[in-house]
Amino acid sequence: MSMNRREFMQVLAVAAAGGMTLASDWARAAQAADALYDLPRFGNVSLLHLTDCHAQLLPVHFREPSINLGVAGMANRVPHLVGKAFLAHFGIAPNTPQAHAFTHLDFVEAAKLYGKVGGFAHLATLVKRLKESRPGALLLDGGDTWQGSATALWTRGQDMVEAAKLLGVEVMTLHWEATLGADRVKEIEEKDFRGAIDIVAQNVHTTDFEDPVFKPYVLREVNGVPVAIVGQAFPYTPVANPRWLMPQWSFGIKEAQLQQAVEQARAEGAQVVVVLSHNGMDVDLKLASRVRGVDAILGGHTHDGVPQPVLVDNPGGKTLVTNAGSNGKFLGVLDFAVKDGKVVDWRYALLPVFANFLPPDPAMAALIEKIRAPFADRLAMPLARTEGLLYRRGNFNGTWDQLLCEALMAERGAEIAFSPGFRWGTTLLPGETLTMEHLLDQTAITYPWSTLTEMTGTQIKEVLEDVADNLFNPDPYYQQGGDMVRVGGLEYSIAPAAARGKRIDHLRLRGEPLAADKKYKVAGWAPVSEEARESGPPVWEVVAAYLRNVKTVRIERVNTPQILGMAGNLGMEQ
Amino acid sequence: MDSKRRTVLQGGAGAGLLALLAGVGLLKPSEVFAARANDAAFKLEKLDEVLKALGVTSAAEGGDIVLTAPDIAENGAVVPVELESKLPNTESVMVLIEKNPTPLAAIFHFHEGALPRVKTRVKMGQSSDVYLLVKADGKFYQVKKEIKVTLGGCGG
Repeated sequence: MSMNRREFMQVLAVAAAGGMTLASDWARAAQAADALYDLPRFGNVSLLHLTDCHAQLLPVHFREPSINLGVAGMANRVPHLVGKAFLAHFGIAPNTPQAHAFTHLDFVEAAKLYGKVGGFAHLATLVKRLKESRPGALLLDGGDTWQGSATALWTRGQDMVEAAKLLGVEVMTLHWEATLGADRVKEIEEKDFRGAIDIVAQNVHTTDFEDPVFKPYVLREVNGVPVAIVGQAFPYTPVANPRWLMPQWSFGIKEAQLQQAVEQARAEGAQVVVVLSHNGMDVDLKLASRVRGVDAILGGHTHDGVPQPVLVDNPGGKTLVTNAGSNGKFLGVLDFAVKDGKVVDWRYALLPVFANFLPPDPAMAALIEKIRAPFADRLAMPLARTEGLLYRRGNFNGTWDQLLCEALMAERGAEIAFSPGFRWGTTLLPGETLTMEHLLDQTAITYPWSTLTEMTGTQIKEVLEDVADNLFNPDPYYQQGGDMVRVGGLEYSIAPAAARGKRIDHLRLRGEPLAADKKYKVAGWAPVSEEARESGPPVWEVVAAYLRNVKTVRIERVNTPQILGMAGNLGMEQ
Repeated sequence: MDSKRRTVLQGGAGAGLLALLAGVGLLKPSEVFAARANDAAFKLEKLDEVLKALGVTSAAEGGDIVLTAPDIAENGAVVPVELESKLPNTESVMVLIEKNPTPLAAIFHFHEGALPRVKTRVKMGQSSDVYLLVKADGKFYQVKKEIKVTLGGCGG
C-alpha cells in the first residue's frame, strides 16, 4: 500500500479553488461540489463507511472541537489536532468548505455560508452516486445509529432501523443501540434486519458461558473478491452506560479473539479483512499495532472527522485506521485494489455531506417525513431563543452543557451540577429558536433521570479524577471515550498528563476552596446505576421548565477548567 | 446460546467451583483440604504478609505464564480472570489483588498431568494491580496487570 495523499489533495484543491468566502462564489459552489463528490473510481473493492450519526435524520450544524487534547503517545498526533494545526497537518486551505467541515474555525460565519451538513436524504443521494461509480460497494455502519434524537427515543430506534434499511446499510456494529435494552436489539436483529442488515461484534459474549451474542464477522463478495467485515462493538458499553440494560452481555477489547476471527476469516477465503469498529480512534491505533492481518479498521465512537487514514505498522504488515466523524456529517470511502488474493493499493476520502450541495433523495425524504409527522407538534415546540452559539463537543464544557448545568442548578436547587461528557449533540446558531427537538438532540437517552445528591468535597474530587482518567489515561485501552464531565458552579484545574488521582486541583465554589468533609448539593443526570432509576424527572423536563422561564439563553461564561501543563499541545488553540 | 446447558447449570448453582474442579480431576481431594491450610493467608491484609505466608521470597518476572483479564472491569463484583501456566511442573497458580482488603483472591493446586489453566471471577473494590503468581518446580513466577474499576457513566 502506498500513501496517496497528493491525489486526494488535488481533489480538495479543485473544490477549494473558489474559496467560497464571498456570496458571489456561490456559482462556483456547484462545480466545487461536483469536484468534491466526483471521486474517480479506484480498484475493485469499495467500502462506504458511516458512523455515529446519532439518529440525525435531518441536516444539522455540528461544531468540531476546539479542545481535543492528546496525552503521552497521543500528544500532537491525529486525531488530537484542532483548528489551524489540523488544517496544516492535512493540507486543507482555510476558508474552504472542507475547513468548515473538519474544524471549529470561524464556525458561525462558515455555517451560515455553507449551510447544514448531513441529513439522511442528502446522504442517500451521495451513497447512490458513489454506488453508481463503484458497483458492488458495501455500505457499513459503525453504530450509534439508533440513539440521539427525539424520534429515535420515542420509536425505540424504529425510525433509524427503517432509514438504515432504505439507505442500504449492509453490516453494522453497535454501542448506544444496546441502551435500548438487549431484548430490543435482538428483536431488531431477528425481525427487522433479517435478510437485510447483519450486526457484527466479535467482542460481545454472554456474561456466564461467554457464548457469542452476535456474529463475529460476515463474508461478502465484492466483484468476485471475498471481503470479511469483523465487528468490534464499543468495549466499555456496560461501564459507560447502564449495565442493567444489557445485564447478560459482556464486552471488552479481546485482542486474542479478534486475532482468531481475522485468521478464521482469512482461512475461509477472505482476501480483504476490515474491522468495523466502535472502539474510538486511540484504541483502534493501539489495536492496529498489535493485531495482524487486518487491512483497515474503520472506526467511530470518538467522533473524529479524519480526512486521511493513519497507517499503522504491526508484525503482520500495515493497517489503515480511519475515523469518520459523527452526526451524518461525513461518509468515508475506502477503495482497495485487490490483486492475486491481496490488497495492493488503496485510496481514501472522507466526504463532508453538505446538504446544499446534494439534492435530497425523494424516497428517503418521504420516509423521514412519514416518521416525523406524528410527532411534528412536540418536536417543533419552542422553548426559548438563543443569543449565542450553542455547541457541545470538546474535552470540557461547551455552551450547550453550560446551559444544561445552569438549568439543573436553578431548577433543582443545587450549588454544583454535573452533565455527562457525551460527544453527540448538535449545534445551534446565534438567534435560532430552541425547540423541544433541539433539547432532545442533547438529552435523548433511555436513562434520562435527573439526580440530586449530597456529596462531600472528597467525593466530588474523586468523580472528577475518575472521569479524567477515562479521558486522559496514557494507555488508550484504559480510556472510555467520551469527554470530561461538564461541571456547573465548581471551578477546578486539570493537568491531563499527570498521574491518576493527581490531575484535579484548585477546586473552588463561589471563590472558596471546596472543603473535603463538607457536603454539597450536586445535581446531575443520566445515572448508570440501577438503583438510580426514576431518581428524578427526566432532564429534558427540568431544562424545558428553565428555558420557558428564561425565554432567552445567554451564556455569560463557559466554565472551562484551568488546563495545566498543556502548553504547545496541538489539541487546543495556542 | 445453549439454553439447555444454562438450565442444567442454574439447577446446580452453588455447587462450588472447587467441588466442580475436583469432580473433573483437576484437583486432588487432598489438595482441596490442603487449600484450607492456607486459610490464614486469605485473611491477611497486606500483600507482603500474604507472600510471606505463602513462602514466597522471590518471584521471577514473566516466564511462560499468562493473565487474561479486562482492562476496565464491567462489574467489580465479578471480574473474569483467566490464569494459564505453560511452565513444566506447575504446582499452583494464585491471584493477588494488591488493593483489595485481603489481597489473596484464589489459589489453585494442580497435580501432575493437569493442565494449569483456570477461568474464575474475582471481586475488586477499586482499581488495582492484579498479580498472577505461579509456583513451578519449587520456584515462583509472576505477571501483573492493572484492572480499572471505575464509577462508570459519561461515555460516548
